[in-house]
Amino acid sequence: MSGKVIVVTSGKGGVGKTTTSANIGTGLAIRGRKVVLIDADIGLRNLDVVMGLENRIVFDLVNVVEKTCKIKQALIKDKRFNNLFLLPAAQTREKDAVKPDQMKELCDELRKEYDYIVIDCPAGIEQGFKNAIAGADQAIIITTPDVSAVRDADRIIGLLQANEIPAPHLIINRVRPQMVRKGDMMDIDDVNDILAIELLGVVPDDETIIVSTNRGEPSVMESSTKAGAAFRNIVARIEGEEVAFMSLDYDLGFFEKIGRLINNKK
Amino acid sequence: MDLINKFFKDETSSKNRAVERLRLVLVHDRANVAPGLMEMLKEELIEVISKYMDIDEDTMEVTLSSGELSASLIANIPVKRIRR
Repeated sequence: MSGKVIVVTSGKGGVGKTTTSANIGTGLAIRGRKVVLIDADIGLRNLDVVMGLENRIVFDLVNVVEKTCKIKQALIKDKRFNNLFLLPAAQTREKDAVKPDQMKELCDELRKEYDYIVIDCPAGIEQGFKNAIAGADQAIIITTPDVSAVRDADRIIGLLQANEIPAPHLIINRVRPQMVRKGDMMDIDDVNDILAIELLGVVPDDETIIVSTNRGEPSVMESSTKAGAAFRNIVARIEGEEVAFMSLDYDLGFFEKIGRLINNKK
Repeated sequence: MDLINKFFKDETSSKNRAVERLRLVLVHDRANVAPGLMEMLKEELIEVISKYMDIDEDTMEVTLSSGELSASLIANIPVKRIRR
């Protein structure tokens, strides 16, 4: 058995890499997979708080690659799922405390025992990014529908190609259907046309994400929320299921419906 | 007026501006050419071509367009007359 190593990356900061990593990892665990989440953002660790596991950290990623502890000692078992683990980033070290070769070795070691290794990549394109992608089989790019995030995503696609990581998949995060309808936000087709990579999912902007981050409980556990449902679909697609994309056209007003009809006929 | 705009979305919606601006900036990003470099190229082109032809500098266009794997330079330079 050999597990799959997936890196979650974006270029631009603040588009939702950590939240997405937490939700994908948790979602895969809900489906019974053995999962390790790796926080590769050395110096700015956050996956621990998003997962609600910040009080359990003893060892970290740098301890593991420097061999001051065993991998098993550093892995933190999730509170809710005993098949989900977190390898936290070191908080007081520099990005270059880990080398790409070491990261690759670690991923190869983990894939012997786990089904999925999900790596939360730091923002930027420097050493931290290079480390995070070194051992990956597959990349998921997160963007939001705005010019700076899409531009940075395009740059990351180029860099992944240069590093011979096969065809990345795209998640468009924080889509606001109402703004899309008004013509004030790029829609899924616009972003898809520009970046031209396979779409893995669309996550609507949802206040419940903030609530779940406050609590340290990933949204995917709550499938009744829009974001939670979107993440469940994404996880199903990662596992090779064909899931139709959710319609974001909910609660259209009467006048907007008429406006749409007229516009479509033009 | 707002209501009319809602019914007949005009081409200048902020989303369309975003798409246009992104397309242009990505052509330069992907080809690794700074927009300022294109201006320099354009000026030198004018200088060279002007030795041989009288061209319309105001309407000439020099743009870079990029496909999946390659980029090409497209110049549209209206000629007023040939110098002899």
